[in-house]
Amino acid sequence: MNNEKIRNLKTHAANIRKGIIEGTYAAGSGHPGGSLSCADIMAYLYFEAMNVDVANPKMLERDRFVMSKGHCAPALYAALAEKGFFPMEDLKTLRHIDSYLQGHPNMDTVPGCDMSTGSLGQGISAAVGMAMAGKLDNMQYRVYAVLGDGELEEGQVWEAAMSAAHYKLDNLLTFVDYNGLQIDGNITEVMNPEPIADKFKAFGWNVLAVNAHNFEEIDNAVTQAKQTNNKPTVIIAHSIKGKDVSFMENEASWHGSAPNKEQKEKAIAELDALLKELGV
Amino acid sequence: MAEKIATRVAYGNALAEFGEDKNIVVLDADLSKSTKTDTFKKKYPERHFNMGIAEGNMMAVAAGMASCGKTVFASTFAMFAAGRAFEQIRNSICYPNLNVKIGATHAGITVGEDGASHQPIEDIALMRSIPNMVVISPSDAVSAFEAVKAAISHSGPVYIRLGRLDVPVIYNKESLDFKLGKGIQLTDGRDVTIIANGLMLPEAIKAQEILKEQGIEARLIDIHTIKPIDKDIIIKAAKETGAIVTAEEHNILGGLGSAVAEVVVQNSPVPIKMVGIEDKFGKSGKPAELMVRYGLTPENIVEKVMAVLAMKK
Ligand SMILES: Cc1ncc(C[n+]2csc(CCOP(=O)(O)OP(=O)(O)O)c2C)c(N)n1
Ligand SMILES: [Mg+2]
Repeated sequence: MNNEKIRNLKTHAANIRKGIIEGTYAAGSGHPGGSLSCADIMAYLYFEAMNVDVANPKMLERDRFVMSKGHCAPALYAALAEKGFFPMEDLKTLRHIDSYLQGHPNMDTVPGCDMSTGSLGQGISAAVGMAMAGKLDNMQYRVYAVLGDGELEEGQVWEAAMSAAHYKLDNLLTFVDYNGLQIDGNITEVMNPEPIADKFKAFGWNVLAVNAHNFEEIDNAVTQAKQTNNKPTVIIAHSIKGKDVSFMENEASWHGSAPNKEQKEKAIAELDALLKELGV
Repeated sequence: MAEKIATRVAYGNALAEFGEDKNIVVLDADLSKSTKTDTFKKKYPERHFNMGIAEGNMMAVAAGMASCGKTVFASTFAMFAAGRAFEQIRNSICYPNLNVKIGATHAGITVGEDGASHQPIEDIALMRSIPNMVVISPSDAVSAFEAVKAAISHSGPVYIRLGRLDVPVIYNKESLDFKLGKGIQLTDGRDVTIIANGLMLPEAIKAQEILKEQGIEARLIDIHTIKPIDKDIIIKAAKETGAIVTAEEHNILGGLGSAVAEVVVQNSPVPIKMVGIEDKFGKSGKPAELMVRYGLTPENIVEKVMAVLAMKK
């Protein structure tokens, strides 16, 4: 990846993060922590990896994306808005009555959203189904998903993993947003899902690991995944929950609470400073 | 203004209070701060088990512990208890009639901003259709506390439906006579009966007051235990008032209204109207806005009372 490309992706990621903050602030609730930790992945997917058309969100041959950890809807919505599926300004209606931006992703109301999620563990199964349908119809599209590391505790995730390997779904790529935290605390203390890489390997997956905030590493891993035949790929993305908002970083308490006005302004100022550094 | 306390808070307090019984264990699924089982955890950490985000497993684990003599409370959001783990509850808990109490919080649409995926409106229908299951939907913090006590005394599965919101305290701790399977009559009246539970009880109280101003005397009954239901109090109300309106924060298909109708049509048929969610998914919004949008206000109850009175012979 050249520097220009990386700079562009970093810019999109910062804008997505601003959207997450604006949205959860306006909603007065929601999940900023896990949304911020996957913001770079979302920027990479929508601005580098995925074939989507904002003018034709239901295009048959589009790549699909499933936010399996549906509580991170703010990250999905901000990415879709940054891509141009709908105005950034609409993020401020998040979770309001009659807004199409529901608290958890709703594929019937949100342009560009491919699957309704919110109940952990189910999105990855839907992604398996999309990949199976693609194979059946000889379509070239790929299916991408983001799982939470706490979400891995759902048995259904491993049922999905088994079926994806069984049907040799090399058109399926999922990230695990490995931020180490869930609601009640550290994942290893609440219900240890480790060793995550070994588990996916044992289930027959191609397993890669990256720094979730390094676009070159993400790009290399995705490229490698695309060259892997007969196996689904999981990219274990080591991330920081609350990334790029100093007071939210690695704080479990920011999992499901919105910033107040002062906190929002501080967060936006920090993100604007990042954008300035990028020369935007 | 009456004091306001969420029923889930009362649930946590009750677990902590009755937790000195060493036989009681509490399971949670990564939501212990929200379900309030952390109140118990602070006092008895050795008997609180976080099972992670794995509700199906948690329910069957609860069954296993109960089979070894434990009184098990298993808690998560009502969506993932009654919804996700339905079949584990049916086959591993209810079929063997094991002593598992399900503390299901964040029930109904007043979950609010999280939206439809987190707003169970079908949990009562699901739970009451399983043989052996007892289903309680307490209306305030005082009766929720008593519901936990009653659940401990009862041997077998119990589903306790709890809310996220702070709701008015209706009952007096000293005078409340809470009995599993027995309705509570709050006001007498001869014109019509309003049967409510959960957070629709305070709405029904307001409706009863509005009706009174209009010269309509409504009998008001809290059916906190939906199963086994208090047939006597319902049949008597049907006979004496000749018309019934039910009010619940649940789909009108399969909930309190249906349970009341099942009793009435088989024993002493009178017209019934139901206030509840009219077979629609919820949505994001502030709880109070959603109550209006989904027709769960005192005015909606009054409107249904007028309609049912028009049908009354
Ligand atoms: C089936 C189910 N159980 C419980 C929840 C409630 N819940 C929402 S987020 C969350 C924790 C998720 O942790 P993780 O997957 O690590 O997400 P992240 O850290 O990326 O935010 C829980 C338990 C849910 N949404 N779905
Ligand atoms: Mg996490």
